[in-house]
Amino acid sequence: MPQFIRIGFFLALRQVRRASIWTTSLIVFVMALTFLNLVVVSGVLVGLIEGAVEANKIYYTSDVIISNLPKKDYIEQSPQVLSIVAALPEAQVFAARYLQGGTIEAHYKEAIDPDEIERAGGSFVGIDPVAEDQTTNLSRFIVEGEYLEPGDYDQVLIGANLLKKYLPIESPGFTTLSDINIGDKVRITVNGITREVTVKGIIQAKVDELAFRVFMVDSQFRSLIGRGDYNVDEISIKLKPGASAVVVRDSLIRSGVGEFARVQTFEDAQPKFLQDIKATFALLGNMISSIGLAVASITIFIVIFINAITRRKFIGIMKGIGISGTAIETSYVFQSIFYAVIGSSIGLFVLYVILQPYIAANPINFPFSDGILVAPLDGTMLRIALLVFTTIIAGYIPARMIVRKNILDSILGRN
Amino acid sequence: MKYKNKLIEVRGLTKSFKNGDKETHVLKGIDFTVEEGEFIAIIGRSGAGKSTFLYQLSLLDEPTSGEIIVFGTDTHAMTPDEKTMFRLNQLGYVFQDYALLPDLTAEENVALPLMMQGKSKMVAYTEAHTALERVGLGHRFTNLPGQLSGGEQQRVSVARALAHKPQILFADEPTANLDNESSRTVMELFEEIHAQGQTIIMVTHEEEYSMLAKRVVKLDDGRVISDKRN
Repeated sequence: MPQFIRIGFFLALRQVRRASIWTTSLIVFVMALTFLNLVVVSGVLVGLIEGAVEANKIYYTSDVIISNLPKKDYIEQSPQVLSIVAALPEAQVFAARYLQGGTIEAHYKEAIDPDEIERAGGSFVGIDPVAEDQTTNLSRFIVEGEYLEPGDYDQVLIGANLLKKYLPIESPGFTTLSDINIGDKVRITVNGITREVTVKGIIQAKVDELAFRVFMVDSQFRSLIGRGDYNVDEISIKLKPGASAVVVRDSLIRSGVGEFARVQTFEDAQPKFLQDIKATFALLGNMISSIGLAVASITIFIVIFINAITRRKFIGIMKGIGISGTAIETSYVFQSIFYAVIGSSIGLFVLYVILQPYIAANPINFPFSDGILVAPLDGTMLRIALLVFTTIIAGYIPARMIVRKNILDSILGRN
Repeated sequence: MKYKNKLIEVRGLTKSFKNGDKETHVLKGIDFTVEEGEFIAIIGRSGAGKSTFLYQLSLLDEPTSGEIIVFGTDTHAMTPDEKTMFRLNQLGYVFQDYALLPDLTAEENVALPLMMQGKSKMVAYTEAHTALERVGLGHRFTNLPGQLSGGEQQRVSVARALAHKPQILFADEPTANLDNESSRTVMELFEEIHAQGQTIIMVTHEEEYSMLAKRVVKLDDGRVISDKRN
């Protein structure tokens, strides 16, 4: 081991060990906060979007989603496709859906003038309540009333974003229904057919595909839209733990499903705007983190500078008795590393043992997502490396400034 | 005592300090030699240039002009790193205010230069213990400087200066901050190590202790005005 490293470590160890516990704790605390600032700010920003992406996956697309080809109204040969899906060894459960645009009307009985009838446009979905719940846990989003049963007839679940009390927005071209309660009658028009149905439940979720939709049991919906051939519009597949969505997607395409439908993993199906926002937020987080890093560098610079300037006399003495300047500088670098590593270790503990599990259990309630804290280990390690590197530089420069001063000036305290 | 090799040779040594436009000439052309085994006291009134002279001889400072040849090497040609190595291996220092490192115990203070010389920690500590025992501090190995009296700290400083067996020991007013008893202890120590052949160059303003040296060099106004052997 080079002599300057050995002596540098020897000096640093003793200086840290015999320094004031309060000073050391304060510096370590600042480093821990800096580390958390580096990781958590960008982690929460990315987590805002990641929360939306995750929710989109868990509660809508599932791991793999099959949908109709761009110029087709539905997935052709759906029974055949469904039998292929059912035979997939990786598939845990799947849910098929029928989709059709339509309108929903309220308070039509009291209206004297047809223009007084409240109308909202929405996407109508026919589902198998049991399969859908197993695949996407739809029932957990019921905020009023009850979830659908397989035998329910003329009963619907309405997305909260179609109701004024949940989405009090008035804008031209977008209307919501007022005063809708469980058990109320509403009129739906789908495929030119109008039916009066009862509101059985209200679905509230931060996934638009759920909150803007009206759900009813598939057997009735099929007859409503005249889909006697059992061709569906969407199939969400939930895979067994450990199964790869990409592998399943490719396997489905190879098995011929791709001829009749579009097969996507949850990542493929992510709306592009989410990907763009995620990238933008990551950039924003990195910018904020950079400021944190600069603050940490300045903190360490000041700490080491003050430490070195108050010990200037002893630095002079060490040089006087033959201790090399490089060894003395190295001792300050080791001290900086100590502060950065201990601070980061405490930050790591707080991050992975306290913050991340806590936020996962209690997501941050943002209007469009349940924000989580995204802190992948590789990214965190990179930030630690960055922090340690910056700290080394910030510790080395002031140490060098003091060490390079004239020996006698240092010993005698001359400027 | 019969002196042997010439350890230091100084020719035309000057040292000036600039303060704005004003230049102060502290050393004004000193010629001087030190032979192996000498015990030299440099005396003079305050401001005579004693300490400045010692700093030049001990390579802690750069002269303005003149030559300092140590062990036959012109020190002017040495790089700062070479001077550091030279001080580490050949010279020992005892400063007026002990100059111990406050974060290191007595044994660590003494062992540090030994470790810097490349000795293992175990060897360095063993030699440090020997040096501390030699100055009567065998019971104070693990005490920090703040836990020692002034006299004890100065003895640790002497132990540190001697542990690596330097060719020349430089001491700058080693008794200035000590009480009479501690001063006597330190001076007895100097006499003892000189008797064992150690070359010592000591700056002092106390006539009583200068009389213990075998050669007394008196400076005044930056010049050697007398050079006597006791």
